[in-house]
Amino acid sequence: MTTWIDIGALDDIPNRGARVVKTALGCVAIFRTGEDQVFALQDRCPHKGGPLSEGIVHGASVTCPLHNWVFSLETGLAQGPDEGSVPTYPTRIEQGRILLDAAQLANRSAA
Amino acid sequence: MNRKKLVVIGAGMASGRALEHLFAAEPHGWDVTLFNAEPRGNYNRIMLSPVLSGEKAFPEIVTHDDAWYEEHGVTCRFGEKVTKIDRAEKTVSGEEGEPVAYDKLLVATGSNPFIIPLPGHDLDGVIAYRDLEDTNAMIDAAAAPGSKAVVIGGGLLGLEAAAGLKLRGMDVTVVHLMGHLMERQLDEAAGYLLRKALLDRGIKVMCSANSKQIIGVDGKVKALMLEDGTELPCDILVMAVGIRPNTGLAAEAGLATGRGIHVDDHMLTSDPDVLAVGECVEHNGAVFGLVAPLYDQAKVVAQTLIGETAHFVPKEVSTKLKVTGCDLFSAGDFEAGEDREDIVFRDPGRGVYKRLILKDNRIIGAVMYGDTADSSWFFGLMKDEQDISEMRETLIFGPAYQGGEPLDPMAAVAALPADAEICGCNGVSKGDIVAAIEGGALDLAAVRAKTKASGSCGTCTGLVEQVLGVTLGDDFVIPAAQSICGCTEHSHEDVRRLIKSQELKSQAAVWQELGWKSKDGCHVCRPAINYYLLADWPLEYRDDPQSRFINERKHANIQKDGTFSVVPRMFGGMTTSDELRAIADAADKYNVPTIHVTGGQRIDLLGVKGEDLPAIWADLNRAGMVSGHAYSKGLRTVKTCVGKEHCRFGTQDSSGLGIKLEQKLWGAWSPHKFKLAVSGCPRNCAEATCKDLGVVCVDSGYQIGVGGAAGMDLRETDALAQVPTEAEAIDVTVAFYQLYRENAKYLDRPYKWIAKVGLDWVKKRVIDDLENRKALIERFELSQTIYQKDPWAEHASERADAYQPLASLNLQAAE
Repeated sequence: MTTWIDIGALDDIPNRGARVVKTALGCVAIFRTGEDQVFALQDRCPHKGGPLSEGIVHGASVTCPLHNWVFSLETGLAQGPDEGSVPTYPTRIEQGRILLDAAQLANRSAA
Repeated sequence: MNRKKLVVIGAGMASGRALEHLFAAEPHGWDVTLFNAEPRGNYNRIMLSPVLSGEKAFPEIVTHDDAWYEEHGVTCRFGEKVTKIDRAEKTVSGEEGEPVAYDKLLVATGSNPFIIPLPGHDLDGVIAYRDLEDTNAMIDAAAAPGSKAVVIGGGLLGLEAAAGLKLRGMDVTVVHLMGHLMERQLDEAAGYLLRKALLDRGIKVMCSANSKQIIGVDGKVKALMLEDGTELPCDILVMAVGIRPNTGLAAEAGLATGRGIHVDDHMLTSDPDVLAVGECVEHNGAVFGLVAPLYDQAKVVAQTLIGETAHFVPKEVSTKLKVTGCDLFSAGDFEAGEDREDIVFRDPGRGVYKRLILKDNRIIGAVMYGDTADSSWFFGLMKDEQDISEMRETLIFGPAYQGGEPLDPMAAVAALPADAEICGCNGVSKGDIVAAIEGGALDLAAVRAKTKASGSCGTCTGLVEQVLGVTLGDDFVIPAAQSICGCTEHSHEDVRRLIKSQELKSQAAVWQELGWKSKDGCHVCRPAINYYLLADWPLEYRDDPQSRFINERKHANIQKDGTFSVVPRMFGGMTTSDELRAIADAADKYNVPTIHVTGGQRIDLLGVKGEDLPAIWADLNRAGMVSGHAYSKGLRTVKTCVGKEHCRFGTQDSSGLGIKLEQKLWGAWSPHKFKLAVSGCPRNCAEATCKDLGVVCVDSGYQIGVGGAAGMDLRETDALAQVPTEAEAIDVTVAFYQLYRENAKYLDRPYKWIAKVGLDWVKKRVIDDLENRKALIERFELSQTIYQKDPWAEHASERADAYQPLASLNLQAAE
């Protein structure tokens, strides 16, 4: 089951930037790439808990601001020599609005 | 045979095509009345651009002439607006004559140009670019010698208007709200190349430019004023910012409308006897502006009218710009979606950029600039959704790929003319170096010995090596210089030099001209390129916060738990009881857990939540304090002792000089952080001799030392100069800082940079050459007009929202 929730407008997020959505189970980082793709990942680096939403977005990747781990926004997997992954959540864009699958969010966080 | 009555509202390209299909299928089945607000029949509106530019005459673009309408028995009511559709009576009323009865009605009212409601938008001389009247108005305006035009809108239509007006001899400026041209069809790199091509043909282009108002005199347009106060004089102002479906008449008649007139797959509106076609319709949430889908709709309209079942299926559309000499192609949707991959090809030498967007091994989008020869092949693969995994390796080279020519990293050097200066320090041209090589200098050391090229500051070393490589071919192996990152082969020094010499003024320009391998850089190169651009082109380049490390983007230092620290500036380490009270109040109000006195003589509030930053800044601003930039690769602090005002040993007003220096320098960015100190006597209580620049006051003046360090390396400053007056001490400091800002590699502190270029090289420019010192100071002051602004005040008042969560979700509600 999916439950799409409107969390804001695409234009609320800077190009090559991110904003945070607060949930009962922690923060979710919503990224917007240079190509206006949108991705949602848990806002917590598996290395030392850095806020990924504060990192530099390049291509479809983000670099953690604390120790420069790089994660694929598509898969949540750490790139290069580092190993680890960040949970990702489905998003959609409709008419310039960003939708987040809240059911998925609840399932994965609970799991 | 009883002919059915068809009324058509609007004689545009879509309804014209629908009539052609209808008459082909049932040549004598219809009695057609055609209303058109324009006083003429159907013409090829797309070709108005060549009419504007003078490459075609209007009669050449007429699709249906009088004879055609007569042959098909069409009653033409041209120049007459329709005032009413009466669906109960099934009649249409024009401005003149009796209502016309219909069996079927086709609404093809097209679209209206969107006019931004700026003050002055109704002045004479403000025109849209939509029909022949607009085109003629532009042609008339261009006839006056020396006339000027401003075009608002850097999309397809705006650029065609600009190019046409330029060809007619006008002085044209394009003002575009977004960061790059044609952002709907092009990505940044292609937009950059397009802009360059337009600049080359003399069209001025201003991106990220927000129009404020249109200024007129005696009811006639005179200039456009931008938000930043720039005034662009003009005799005509063309607004080409977009179109809106023209739904007024249909809505009044009670037809279902949204953004456009709602139609189903058969092009039927909510009334089964009323069809709609063209730019006025909305189909499955989409509206249309390009001609290809409109022609598909027209076909469906004709089939529906004759009783056949047909479905309109939107297809992929592609865009080409009709500006002679600008080869540009865009197709597909590259704005949103997941699981995508890019194939990018750049040839800086030829100004070529190609990008394919892949999903599931299929092309879903393509952007090309400079070489669009293969565009129809790519477009075909895209429309057919062909699996391209087999040819993926060579796909970007097109159908004729037979080994291809690899991208030559030395093309830029090879293309330089012989008189191009390679070594700025010693005035050595490429020709001099080539002559030396041909005269037997076969490596860098020999070239350096013979010509002095790269013998001084050394930043052109890579370039000299490339000239060696180009001249000697395979006989010379270029030593691998350390590149900035995996995105490029170029070193920091090369990129800095090329940004200056090739006048690269945007990140897209750097990526394209220097052949970046990634689409938009990475966390290593982006901050460096952003700094180089803003340091070298303070007026032209705009700082990109998204290319900055978090601390500089949020103007606060991130801590290991994700909170931030806030450090207000205390000029020269001096403060007041009011400031201290405001800091204490802020600490209480925002529950600051830790307050620390820093080594730079100021107060650090640690543990502030990201969301609270704009509010705490606003509070500190109100007490007269600004950001301390404790987070920046820029001017940090000027530490001082109290000097002769209080100290019995003080020789000069050291805290006064410190305050003056800090007031002059704050807000500036540099390759790395920059810390100063001023001590009032050689006892050096302010520890000036381990700073990036330190002043030690003596009876006879001011001793200035540079290149100190007290971090991972420990290093005493080297004497740069001793000067007699405070004013000169300030001048030397500013000039030194600017020289460092212009030349050092990103993340090199001054001591590392001086080690590379040599202290003598610095002295020559800052101390000996007074003209150069003056020029450095002037360039610094120019940069400060842009960057000496308190970011806290700006963020607190304009960007506070960005510090809050986008949303807070209650998951229970979702379940």
